[in-house]
Amino acid sequence: MSIEQFLSEQKDTILTKWFDLVLDTYPPDTAVFLKKQDNPFANPVGHTIREGMGHVLDELVRETPSGQIGVFLDNIIRIRAVQDLTPERALSFIFSLKEVVREALRTASHQPLPYDELLAFESRVDRLALLSFDIFVQCREKLYDIKANELRKMTFRLLQRVNDMDEDQEKKPDPAG
Amino acid sequence: MKILLPLFAVVALVVIAFVGVQANLQAFFGIVIPYAAVAIFIIGFIVRVFRWGSSPVPFRIPTTAGQMKSFAPWIKQNKIDNPSSRLGVFARMALEVLVFRSLFRNTKTELHDGPKLVYGSEKFLWLAGLAFHWSFLIIFVRHFRFFMQDVPTVIQIMESLDSFLQIGAPLLYLTDVVLVGAVTFLFLRRVVMPQIKFISLPADYFPLFLILGIALSGILMRYFTKVHIVGVKELVMGLLSFSPVIPAGIGSVFYIHLFLVSALLIYFPLSKLMHMGGVFLSPTRNMANNSREVRHINPWNYPVHVHTYQEYEDEFREKMKKAGLPVEKE
Amino acid sequence: MAKVTTPKPAELVTSIDLKPSAQQWMDIPTEIKPGTFCWGAKAKNLNIVEFPNARDWNPSEEDWKLPENWQEIFLTGMKNLLDKYRSFKVFMDICVRCGACADKCHFFIGSGDPKNMPVLRAELLRSVYRRYFTTSGKMLGKTAGARDLTIDVLKELWYYFYQCTECRRCSLFCPYGIDTAEITIMGRELMNQLGLNTDWISGPVANCYMKGNHLGLEPHAIMNSIEGMIDDIETITGIRINPSFNRKGAEILFVTPSGDLFADPGTFTCMGYLMLFHELGLDYTWSTYASEGGNFGFFTSNEMAKRLNSKIYAEAKRLGVKYIIGGECGHMWRVLTQYMDTWNGPADFLEVPVSPITGTRFDTSRSTKMIHITEFTADLIKNGKLKLDPSRNDDLIVTYHDSCNTSRGMGLLDEPRYIIRNVCNHFHEMPENTIREQTFCCGSGTGLNASENMELRMRGGFPRANAVKFVKDRHGVNMLANICAIDRATLSASMDYWVPGVRVTGVHEMVANALIMKGEKERETNLRGEPLPGKEGN
Ligand code: HEM
Ligand code: SF4
Ligand code: SF4
Repeated sequence: MSIEQFLSEQKDTILTKWFDLVLDTYPPDTAVFLKKQDNPFANPVGHTIREGMGHVLDELVRETPSGQIGVFLDNIIRIRAVQDLTPERALSFIFSLKEVVREALRTASHQPLPYDELLAFESRVDRLALLSFDIFVQCREKLYDIKANELRKMTFRLLQRVNDMDEDQEKKPDPAG
Repeated sequence: MKILLPLFAVVALVVIAFVGVQANLQAFFGIVIPYAAVAIFIIGFIVRVFRWGSSPVPFRIPTTAGQMKSFAPWIKQNKIDNPSSRLGVFARMALEVLVFRSLFRNTKTELHDGPKLVYGSEKFLWLAGLAFHWSFLIIFVRHFRFFMQDVPTVIQIMESLDSFLQIGAPLLYLTDVVLVGAVTFLFLRRVVMPQIKFISLPADYFPLFLILGIALSGILMRYFTKVHIVGVKELVMGLLSFSPVIPAGIGSVFYIHLFLVSALLIYFPLSKLMHMGGVFLSPTRNMANNSREVRHINPWNYPVHVHTYQEYEDEFREKMKKAGLPVEKE
Repeated sequence: MAKVTTPKPAELVTSIDLKPSAQQWMDIPTEIKPGTFCWGAKAKNLNIVEFPNARDWNPSEEDWKLPENWQEIFLTGMKNLLDKYRSFKVFMDICVRCGACADKCHFFIGSGDPKNMPVLRAELLRSVYRRYFTTSGKMLGKTAGARDLTIDVLKELWYYFYQCTECRRCSLFCPYGIDTAEITIMGRELMNQLGLNTDWISGPVANCYMKGNHLGLEPHAIMNSIEGMIDDIETITGIRINPSFNRKGAEILFVTPSGDLFADPGTFTCMGYLMLFHELGLDYTWSTYASEGGNFGFFTSNEMAKRLNSKIYAEAKRLGVKYIIGGECGHMWRVLTQYMDTWNGPADFLEVPVSPITGTRFDTSRSTKMIHITEFTADLIKNGKLKLDPSRNDDLIVTYHDSCNTSRGMGLLDEPRYIIRNVCNHFHEMPENTIREQTFCCGSGTGLNASENMELRMRGGFPRANAVKFVKDRHGVNMLANICAIDRATLSASMDYWVPGVRVTGVHEMVANALIMKGEKERETNLRGEPLPGKEGN
């Protein structure tokens, strides 16, 4: 059985374990809420993260990747990037996938671990990690962008007004109506 | 610790009553304490409500939970969730108090995905809350059997409905089962759900243990130890007619039961159980949303320092004139 | 890259249970983290409005430069508030900690910080209440859930009262209607007495007090700003609009949040008002003195809110208008609905609003004498007084965000929807538990729309954005309509981050785009200067 096959068969267990590890980065009281509440609108964080992780897993085992993996990762990382986590913690979830998979292989198969395949799989996860750093940085940049934008919107109009101020005095609308 | 402490407290109460009865303090536990408890309950309750009432309601701040009464008849008002009349408020309050309307709001479970269908635990909260309060109320009313010479028909009907399952002798009351079940659920919720456990205080566990203790001691009396019922009625009637007696032969379970009830009565006005009174005084629920139609008066409204138009004009007069704005003073 | 050590999964999974969940919240210290708080107020702004204990201070520094007797100030203040507000007293006493409100707060949902559960936010203050105002708390201390008011507790209170947008969503689900927003209002009032305001709030308050609006636009600047819009309107429609300012004897005074005067996309909404009123030939005037509908004073103290609000009636009286129309804004309308008349009424110098166009009498506002622009416009449309071409908005696939305040502090739900359905052809509601009275906050209300707390804003905005994303994915929604000036700014930011491709608009921008004006030239573009559907090639 190839590692891909194994992963698709074990997807649910792996996903659950993986998700649990992510939740571990939240306070336990929150973790349970994120885990138990299934309504995507009442619990968008838990829902989005779990859904995103499912897709990422699918993509990893797919023969011909759809090229969508960036989008799925983005959905997750966009959330992690504004919750108060260090980049290290925000992205560690990628690496824990390796552990989860190794562990699952260890418990599931009695034969020696398929090292070659596992290594190949792990390199794919590593590439995922690199991609994730890109996304994380983009998200953070976006935040700064938004801050700058808000400021610019304000000052833009203000500047416009100051500049217009004197030359415009004559063609003011007639205040008396 | 926050769970054990209240548990120990309730156990201690049981032990105190038990030891007291062994030490022949029946008069103390059967007369003094109940009188004191009822007095504290009544006075305490009134004082608490009076204290709330002594703070005014300066603003009309209903939480509007639906379409307001619109200027236009063709926009349909949600007359109960966003009431504009007294009747609407009455209906809103009635729904709140009788069926816990707001808690119920919580229960929509659509669009769930994943393999399992998950019901919002809030639905259970609403259900257990209702079951708990209603069975508590019914049990309370049923107790009037002990408080009256002739049992009114209403109570008889209630009793027979309550025991319609016709199981066991004496007949099993449904509400007993429901009460114990619901309280147990409410307790487990506070232990099992980390979120709820996190916010819980000893003061949240204590009343649950206490009520459970009352219920269990009552059940013990009715179904198992078979208390000397004539004696109990005699004692209660004595208390009510202010000529207390202590009939012989009432088991210690009864005194434990009575002591726990007394404890609940004393504890009531000091605690969150006062939500019973508070729910009626909650300004976000008991007010009509009509503050645009009728001016609400704030008794402590006082004049404040404002920046008047004159001051404004004084500061900007030149600029205003230059911009062609009319001014009061040239 | 930082060293990543990943323990064995099994270890990690079990470690979830081993975590000290039994730890009481009181024992978990609060750390004031960057990205989640706003800068402290500047002394000069507080001095302008005579606020106490004015000083420059920085929340991230250890020393908050509190007055020596800060505890006394806080506790006396609390006693006063308890005596003045039954709401506060009852809400301090009757919470059973059932947890129904716990997961209803957008800040909890988006951040996962348990102290953002409304019940816990309230407990932060309730624990202090118990310690100093109840017998059991005085005697039993921590066992009764009471705690001393230490400097760390004060900081924690400050931190979390500035992570609540007073949206009242929690109050909706509480079986007793306990409104954590009300508790936050009290908490901020206490902070105000210690000079612990934020810069983002106290700046606008000072501006509004002296200059009439949050932005501090002086009279000529307001006119100038509107002048710019009039130029744009002329370019688009060929019609020159000529509004009046501070004009005595006008029938109607128009007041809108000043946010609409300076920042896109609010300016487009403002253009919408101008065009609508012009088309109707409405006898109305703007005021430069009462040039702010919003009320940041409401986020500091009740008294300050009243001081700022007083200008509206005062100006209506001075100008001798008959009644007032208010623009699209959220908290402005909570204040106008539930506070204004009580503070500064009775407005007996005004008349019950009657639409001069349709003759409709707005009896539901017969005391405040102030109507919401969407009431006014919905009535016009219903009576067929507007010529509308909704197809001009055909490039928009619209959803509608209810502002917290107009939904849960007023109940204005169907009026704006009626308008939207009439001015555009593609309208889709977001899921049921995220709209109307259950609406999610934009995440940046109550003066939290600064930039230094952007992470907090994005977290708080996520539940709303998530629902928008849903309708975007399902129906291709690309425009998020609302009736709030703060929303227009903050949702723009939140969409930018969470749901790129969805833009934000005020309802009256869409009205104006659809409005066929007498004598207009054939429009090529919408108010944003983008080609109208079907005119892309031109
Ligand atoms: C007008 C009367 C009352 C109303 C409307 C009312 C309403 C409620 C509601 C809505 C809850 C929250 C849901 C729940 O946890 O069940 C609650 C909780 C509770 N009520 Fe009442 N109640 C009333 C009277 C009483 C009385 C008379 C008692 C007891 C002696 C009582 C004891 C409790 C307790 C112990 C809880 C907390 C349950 C828990 O720990 O979760 N209530 N009440
Ligand atoms: S819903 Fe109300 S009673 Fe329940 S925890 Fe929240 S505030 Fe307290
Ligand atoms: S008012 Fe809104 S922001 Fe504040 S605690 Fe309640 S839900 Fe959260």
